[in-house]
Amino acid sequence: MREVVEKKVLSENDRLAAELRERYREQNILCVNLISSPGSGKTALLEKTLSSFPKESCVAVLTGDIQTDNDARRLARYGFPVRQIVTGGTCHLDARMVDRHLNEMGFRGPGLLLVENVGNLVCPSSYDLGEAAKIVLLSVTEGEDKPLKYPGIFLRASLMILTKTDLLPHVEFSPELALENARKVHPEIDYIALSSRTGEGFDEWLSWLNAFQRKVRREAATVSS
Amino acid sequence: MHEVGIASSILECVAEKAKRHLDVKVLAVGVRIGELSNVDKDALKFAFEALTLGTPLEHLKLEVEWCPRRQKCLACAEEFFVHDLELACPKCGANHSTCIGGTELDIAYLELEEPCVKS
Repeated sequence: MREVVEKKVLSENDRLAAELRERYREQNILCVNLISSPGSGKTALLEKTLSSFPKESCVAVLTGDIQTDNDARRLARYGFPVRQIVTGGTCHLDARMVDRHLNEMGFRGPGLLLVENVGNLVCPSSYDLGEAAKIVLLSVTEGEDKPLKYPGIFLRASLMILTKTDLLPHVEFSPELALENARKVHPEIDYIALSSRTGEGFDEWLSWLNAFQRKVRREAATVSS
Repeated sequence: MHEVGIASSILECVAEKAKRHLDVKVLAVGVRIGELSNVDKDALKFAFEALTLGTPLEHLKLEVEWCPRRQKCLACAEEFFVHDLELACPKCGANHSTCIGGTELDIAYLELEEPCVKS
């Protein structure tokens, strides 16, 4: 005898993520979820990004790692609220962790919430955190075929950021091929190349964030009207 | 490698359902796994067996339906499976399509033992 269930395996996470998304909409918070392999430069990107914001900006960071609060200590120097989520072995952040830390931090919008996921291209892509966009980072010291090897995350990401472009003269890496591979998986994915060290490409990244924030607000206004 | 977490979410769902069928044994649980779901079928089966071993759910079978990536052409509405990342529409050749299958991570059904007819 068969009983139809038809339920998402991660429905409990999805339910919490939907609550977070609703909270972000109400409070006018733009939440983005940064995902990459370990060492692709998520924390460096955040450092440079935070350093470019005026002190009075309403910005907060949640940073996930399996162990240590090294990233939170690096990011706290810029004067914005930062919380480390130590997952203690779990290879991704889930909506429950974000909800708990957000409540403890007491962050309220309108503003920007930057979530740095655990360094991993696989598991974080399955867990909705209520974010408006997943952003995938790929550094020039990795292979151009990463999008083909890990299509799940490149399909779900709205933006791919190529990092460490200052190293391009020293490595055999073709940004064109990496982008071509990413667009094979996800034809509409946005693309920015930058260096957190030299600042090259940062104007484009900050404009993308601004434009995306405007788009999310427009959509939220349409939904509520 | 988060298959243990996925397997335990599936088992939670089974346990929840089993509460409503106290006199009926759950024989199997059917799941749909998409090729883009980032879940490895074999690792999931392994995790499932490891988590049920020595528990009342030890007999429970995991039935996996594997779902390949499927796209729908935005020009002619043709639906097609993707092989070797070839995203061009096989019917009209257009390069714009949207993903309509392959991201599944669903619990589809439970197989329950036929209840005994009480005399």
